[in-house]
Amino acid sequence: MKRKLLPIILSLFFTINSYSQAGKLPSVRLKNLEGKEFDTAQLQNDGKPILVCFWATWCSPCKKELNTYAELYPDWQAETGVKVYAVTIDDQRTVASVKPYVNSVSWEYEILLDVNKNFSQAMGVSSPPHTFLLDGNGNIVWQHVGYTSGDEEEVHAELLKLKK
Amino acid sequence: MTRALRIKIVTALAFLISSQPHLIAQEHTDNTLQVHGNFQVLFQQYNPDSIIGAQVPDAQAAMNSFGNVLLNKDKFSAGIRFESYQNAILGFPNRFKGSGIGSRFVRYNHDKIDITVGNFYEQFGNGLIFRSYWEPNLGIDNAMDGIRVIFRPFNGVALKGIYGQQRLDFDSKIINGNGIVRGFDAEVKINDLVSNWNEKPLKITLGGSYVSKYEDGVTIDRDSFLLKIPQNVAAYSGRLGLEYKNISMNVEYAGKINDPNADNFFIYKEGETILGNITFSSKGIGISLNAKFVDNMAFRSERNALLFDLPINFLPAITRQHTYNLAATLYPYATVLNGECGVGGEMFYNFKKESPLGGKYGTYVSLNVAAVNSLDTTQLIGRDALIYGYSTKSYLFGQTKFVRDVNLEVRKKISKSLNIVYAHYYFEFNTAVTPVTQDFKGIVYSHIDVLDVQYKWNSRNSIRTEFQSLLTEQDKGNWATILAEVNFSPHWSFSILDQYNYGNNNPESRVHYLFGNVGYTFESTRIMLGYGKRRAGIFCIGGVCRAVPASNGLEINITSTF
Repeated sequence: MKRKLLPIILSLFFTINSYSQAGKLPSVRLKNLEGKEFDTAQLQNDGKPILVCFWATWCSPCKKELNTYAELYPDWQAETGVKVYAVTIDDQRTVASVKPYVNSVSWEYEILLDVNKNFSQAMGVSSPPHTFLLDGNGNIVWQHVGYTSGDEEEVHAELLKLKK
Repeated sequence: MTRALRIKIVTALAFLISSQPHLIAQEHTDNTLQVHGNFQVLFQQYNPDSIIGAQVPDAQAAMNSFGNVLLNKDKFSAGIRFESYQNAILGFPNRFKGSGIGSRFVRYNHDKIDITVGNFYEQFGNGLIFRSYWEPNLGIDNAMDGIRVIFRPFNGVALKGIYGQQRLDFDSKIINGNGIVRGFDAEVKINDLVSNWNEKPLKITLGGSYVSKYEDGVTIDRDSFLLKIPQNVAAYSGRLGLEYKNISMNVEYAGKINDPNADNFFIYKEGETILGNITFSSKGIGISLNAKFVDNMAFRSERNALLFDLPINFLPAITRQHTYNLAATLYPYATVLNGECGVGGEMFYNFKKESPLGGKYGTYVSLNVAAVNSLDTTQLIGRDALIYGYSTKSYLFGQTKFVRDVNLEVRKKISKSLNIVYAHYYFEFNTAVTPVTQDFKGIVYSHIDVLDVQYKWNSRNSIRTEFQSLLTEQDKGNWATILAEVNFSPHWSFSILDQYNYGNNNPESRVHYLFGNVGYTFESTRIMLGYGKRRAGIFCIGGVCRAVPASNGLEINITSTF
């Protein structure tokens, strides 16, 4: 068993080095707030960029991040046509608060529920907030972990790069 | 896992790898091999500190680490996780040791069929009778090891079947528990199934699950009675979800047949649980009401397992998951699996900009309340007491108070550069039922105030301070916490935290727990270096809490996602 595994492991790491920046979203089925199912591999925005933001109602920096983006979202959309998918990893304890919270802060994002973290784990997310930027072809071109005030400028700069 | 299964997984991985050469030509098409994953390293060095009760392991340092690699290619995916404990960080299960493979699976996922062999995580409905999940920062991993099949015969219908054992331990490889868990779940979305219901405003989802565990039977001797323990224990549940415009409702009922186990002190009483919530929300306001009833619902794949070992189901706490340090870590509530009855409510409200209470930028308020008591029960006597323990009289509150939690939070943007948050919490917490402290048994009454101020001196740089106070006459007495955090976006952050137990009855225990931290973030990699004293306490993530011992020393935490 061990002998067989070693070459596989080595080739795995070479594979990672070759393809790490060209990844796409893996396929996981998630529900939105109306119970409609989405296949994450099929998320689309008519050839325009997508931001996938992992968050939770118990995560203060996540809410700060998404509330900050919410203020800038109309401008970002006008400039780049970006669409935000805010994926919550709230589990059964807090997931009932997601819809009331999202409506109370009037977010315009598409909210997806990842209650058992199947999608966040498939994306290698260690802890929220974690943001992935996808280009118009669905390739993951940039990601950022954590949020501190000012990181939104980084996101904006990356979005503008995609416009070129 | 059998040898045959291992070979199959290795072969599948080899297939994925061997397909690499022709990928180059296909890059940026849907058929490319996609690789995702992450690494995490947590290192801790320990200094002796008898005043705070910090333990020093023989090795004086410890390290946990893991690396996940997930491969996706068209309809196939496979994943493997390496884990290493050299030795396990204090607070993690200390039997975790060595290095090896902690998880592996292969999966085929087509429109209608989705098959996973190996380790997988899954949840049926609200998780009341089945949830397997991974929480690496708490050392929780009850991964299933076996097979999962998901079948979607028509639009709106999902059928799931699971069969396997659960991960219990790690000793250079996965060690599964002895029990076998098998289950089935069906979920129907009526609006998708019935063609002319598609556009109706009322959305209905129905679901039902059945889960059974098998473990070799034994006979136990109790007060001269020979009691035969059931080998197969079944649990079942039904759920209903409704969405109508601004209103959502979700209710689930679950039951379990007789399951004598270490949690319920080997009684034969049947278990049941009910979870319900209703929410109303529209722009600027959100309200949520919750109720929960849990009676004898500890469900594990080995009857002698306790605490974090081999849970099959997940019973979430009804109290809010707090985030500010003193509110989150001193008296966090967790569900009492043997029985509790609780209600809770939450309201979010945004006072609009330019309104009297909203001011220039608006004011955001959230109010949350929760109350949990014991069940309304009668203790049985004689032979019935030995076999059934107690009987439940109603679905109402019993006499023993478990927890009261009332909290209010106000968020206000004062100017472009200044934000403040004020929060107040009132807790009544029964430490005899939820033993979060060794110093006091009974109800702790506490008031907590938090003031969080953030100032941005330019668009990328900010300073944030937290002032927290906890006042109580019980347990360890009063606490104060001060946090100062300076952030230079996007890379650097520096923080210093002082928790001071100034109200402790024992003057020697009036200790400053001072901890400094430096963080560096580069895209998806984060490196954190911390030094100082950590209080013994409860560390919670997403509603699950683990006791962490006091420590004094250096901590390094590295996470990276690719």
